[in-house]
Amino acid sequence: MKKISTPYLLLIPGMGFLFIFFLLPIFNLAQTSTQTPKGGGDTGQYIQTWRFANYVDAFVANREQFYRSFIYAIIATILALLIAYPLAYAIAFKAGKLKNVMLVLVVAPFFVSFLLRTIAWRQILGEQGFVVPTLRSLHIISSSTTLTSTATAVIAGMTYNFLPFMTLPLYASIDRIDPRTLEASGDLYANAFTTFRKVTLPLSMPGVVAGTLLTFIPAAGDYVNASILGSPQTKMLGNVIESRYFKIVDYPTAAALSFTLMAAILVLVMVYVRKAGTEELV
Amino acid sequence: MADVASSARGDLKLSNITKSYGDFTAVNNLSLVIPEGSFFALLGPSGCGKTTTLRMIAGLEEPTKGTIHLGSTDITDTKPYQRPINTVFQNYALFPHLSIFENIAFGLRRRGIKDVDDAVNKALELVELPHLAQRKPTQLSGGQQQRIALARAIVNRPALLLLDEPLGALDLKLRRQMQIELKWIQKEVGITFVHVTHDQEEAMTMADTIAVMNEGEIEQMGSPAELYDNPKTAFVANFLGQSNLIKGSITGSDGNNQIVDLFGQKISLQKDRSHAVDNSILAGIRPEKFRISRLETSTSGNVLTGGKVEDVSYIGVSTQYQVLMPWGQELMVFEQNDDGVAPFSVGESVNISWEPIFTFALRGDDDAEAGTEVSPDEDLDEE
Repeated sequence: MKKISTPYLLLIPGMGFLFIFFLLPIFNLAQTSTQTPKGGGDTGQYIQTWRFANYVDAFVANREQFYRSFIYAIIATILALLIAYPLAYAIAFKAGKLKNVMLVLVVAPFFVSFLLRTIAWRQILGEQGFVVPTLRSLHIISSSTTLTSTATAVIAGMTYNFLPFMTLPLYASIDRIDPRTLEASGDLYANAFTTFRKVTLPLSMPGVVAGTLLTFIPAAGDYVNASILGSPQTKMLGNVIESRYFKIVDYPTAAALSFTLMAAILVLVMVYVRKAGTEELV
Repeated sequence: MADVASSARGDLKLSNITKSYGDFTAVNNLSLVIPEGSFFALLGPSGCGKTTTLRMIAGLEEPTKGTIHLGSTDITDTKPYQRPINTVFQNYALFPHLSIFENIAFGLRRRGIKDVDDAVNKALELVELPHLAQRKPTQLSGGQQQRIALARAIVNRPALLLLDEPLGALDLKLRRQMQIELKWIQKEVGITFVHVTHDQEEAMTMADTIAVMNEGEIEQMGSPAELYDNPKTAFVANFLGQSNLIKGSITGSDGNNQIVDLFGQKISLQKDRSHAVDNSILAGIRPEKFRISRLETSTSGNVLTGGKVEDVSYIGVSTQYQVLMPWGQELMVFEQNDDGVAPFSVGESVNISWEPIFTFALRGDDDAEAGTEVSPDEDLDEE
């Protein structure tokens, strides 16, 4: 009797925490999302009317930011993957004694606050930074082009901020690959590219999936990068939710948008995991 | 692939191959020819350079100096995937994300062969595991994985198949069984096998030709019987089986025989079994070639007198004796338990005799202990 109940007893603190701080608020948020303004009441006073049309209204009014959130998040995820994969591969297979040092360096940015690092990017991409003058002198951007308050800046910031979340799971799964299977592939007539496509990449898929999820999910809901590095033209859904909630005190719309975002992310992630989880990707 | 290297066939020829890592020379100026269709073993203790040699043949390591030819084609600078050579890796290195079928089909598909079913199924039948085609490697036992690794290599019909300690991870019984099977499969497919091992019994069971390697160089090469009966160095004499090596000197000759003095007792040996460079020699006799007898029994051939039994171990088919000779050396004697003579007991005075043809002679300055050490990473169940 005791044997069976012990694991469940161990679950109680965690479950209790999740129930109080996650399930109840979610339930509360779901209720809020279907409320309507109280007739004759003050701003911010709402009554429960189960108006599901709130969702349609919220979506229609913020369709642009909704799409933008996903496009930015997808671009940032792809960029982070392209940067992190070679990095993780190098750490796992080529770093030798420097392996641990490099891993620490990957995590090192976490010692500085997320906000500070994002604000630093404003300096880096600003007129006084070295990026803009360099790009101008190389004629990659025209002399009138700026980088701050652009989509480029927002996506660059997101890519940077989420890079460790991509790198670490990728490293973990690439590091587990037995290098002898790569030798075996070469021995069995696969050149370097085919070996990567047929052996390395499939074997590192768990890391790719974990890394892209850890990047994409927070990126899609992010509002810090867009508000610090962006402009009104680069607003993401996170920014809308933030301003609806805290500035306009339009709780139902904010709640409805939150749920829409959550559902959209959930659907996308499920489709993605299904596709990526199959044996033969190519 | 239409390039020359991938279609090369013929004898494998290593010419003056050297491989250095910084100051350390793993393989030193090694030259050898492996005839097409043979079962060739590179035998030596760990760290002797045999695996490095194998990896250079596979293309996984680049020689520092020297050339590798397959038939008349120089393959020294070609990539592993360009060589018609496949490897059975020590830990098998199967692809964990692919089914057994796809593991075996991997090489065929890379060469653009569309219809792989026939070849893969045949390979699976050759290793007697056709029912496992759809499993994943992790679902297989070590012995099964070993066979799949073999099938994955053989299915490509390479000019050369390299086996890197392929049986090292199997238990003794399975290993003996696989040795016989590997030999049979090699005859069946007719591919040149190059087998790397530190297990002398394994090499002798399977190979037609063995090259004994030590410290990056080949000590001696030949058939198992040649190496065993007529070793050229103390290392070979000790690494392949066991030997009694007794210091002596050549005092004269008698026709095809040389007369040798071993601590005052005269024996004879055949000239073609003598690898000495001067009169100082180490006379070698395998323990099972000795006969042990009581003083009153008449003996023929070479005789050493004045022995005293120090230790007796009865092990069923034979009895092993340690016999202390007057000059302080202990000789090993393996006596078959087939003559109805009561075993000798500790402390008994005995003579030791043997047929002169079983004597071999090594250079007197050779290290009599060479090749006797067991390196710590070798399995102790090897005997």
